[in-house]
Amino acid sequence: MFSFERMLKIWTKYGSMYWSGLGYTLLFALFGVLMGLVLGLILASGRMLRTNPHDEVYVKGLKWIARSICSIYVEIFRATPMIVQVFVIYYGVGNVLKLPDPAINRMFWGMMAVGFNSAAYMSEVIRSGIGAVPAGQMEAARCLGMSHWKAMSHVILPQAIRNILPAMCNEFVTIIKETSVLGMVGIVELMFRAQSIAKQTFIFLEPYVIVAIMYFIVVFPLSKIIAAVERRMNKSVTR
Amino acid sequence: MSLDKEKEVLIRVKDLEKQFKHNQVLRGINADICKGDVVAVIGPSGSGKSTFLRCLNLLERPTNGQVIFEGTDITSKATKLDVMRQKIGMVFQQFNLFTNMTVMDNVCSGPVLVKGMKREEAEKIAQELLDRVGLGDRGDAYPVQLSGGQQQRVAIARALAMQPDVMLFDEPTSALDPEMVHEVLDVIRSLAKTGMTMVIVTHEMGFAREVANRVLFIDEGIIMEDAAPEEFFAAPKNPRLREFLSKVL
Repeated sequence: MFSFERMLKIWTKYGSMYWSGLGYTLLFALFGVLMGLVLGLILASGRMLRTNPHDEVYVKGLKWIARSICSIYVEIFRATPMIVQVFVIYYGVGNVLKLPDPAINRMFWGMMAVGFNSAAYMSEVIRSGIGAVPAGQMEAARCLGMSHWKAMSHVILPQAIRNILPAMCNEFVTIIKETSVLGMVGIVELMFRAQSIAKQTFIFLEPYVIVAIMYFIVVFPLSKIIAAVERRMNKSVTR
Repeated sequence: MSLDKEKEVLIRVKDLEKQFKHNQVLRGINADICKGDVVAVIGPSGSGKSTFLRCLNLLERPTNGQVIFEGTDITSKATKLDVMRQKIGMVFQQFNLFTNMTVMDNVCSGPVLVKGMKREEAEKIAQELLDRVGLGDRGDAYPVQLSGGQQQRVAIARALAMQPDVMLFDEPTSALDPEMVHEVLDVIRSLAKTGMTMVIVTHEMGFAREVANRVLFIDEGIIMEDAAPEEFFAAPKNPRLREFLSKVL
């Protein structure tokens, strides 16, 4: 049975462990989305490569290969659970390309797994954000004589960012929750802390309720702020 | 057409064909558009008239044939398309103003971003053009704050800011509420009076008759009739055109 008293006891005794766990969780999530953003940009550009009839045959071939690799990457990461990805990357890659310190090795490959996963989703967020800009905008820009990249940077991307930013923040929120799987391979974060406290105290419910509360007080306000910012941004467009 | 030989040919279209997947939209179009021509292009929907217009600045890449603009074959690989397009203004049915920019920035975008003109200089040109289309006081507005007719007039000013040699209009009034059609037609009409070469795809028959010096009838991907407006509307030779006119007039 759940006991509030027991929970308070655990909190007073292990509060600092929870806080540091939360710190790591946020650190992993932040690193994950940043890496996801950079890698996601590359993946999105790769998936959006289009051959034009003037390209040499080898250019067409290279573009096709790049596009295929990016697509396969994204589809694989979106169609498998993150927990599986973490295990495969940690026990697979992490055992081959070992960093000297085991704890650091775990942490590093855990973060990489989060980043690799986030990149797949981020690339789709970026791609659909750009895709949502009406085709006429690009046509109008090209008709004025702008190059593809000039049109992209001055016309398409400034509009796409309005679609991308809120979705990107939501991805950050999702990642905060998803990093909880990192505890499964022994990486110290919020969930891992709760597990060790439970093992030490033989109390199994309350440590996890505390974790739930901590995730909630971080994620809930964050998602509300994002929704509010999104509403304001939309207002300036449809005024 | 022998009369036109004295005029300078601005755009020569040769055996133009365009195929989308299994749909052959243009089946061999030949036409010369001369300097100072105001060409109205009419035809049933799906006849290929918009595709024809979009091939003139290679928004659509022709499957076959050539588009020769001021002596340069713009369908050729070697042609720098971005340079050629600076001389070809385009106005769309859906206006396509850049929604992330103010009206002033829209009109300045070509001169500043493409030609590298100084901002102040571009703004001076832009202000003159906005005055000309009757929107001199709306420079700070964003496109969403304007009516369709106003947006289309800004779009015309934006195209003119590049000082093009020819203006292409793709059904410029088709997306407008009826009461806004005339304000856009007025601008195009006054533009015609300045001697600007124009190709206008339109459903406004009265306007075509009044402003154009040549009317093309495109159907089933070819030009079925090419005549001066009086002859075109009063004594159409092609049976398809006679049928079309009987329906729309």
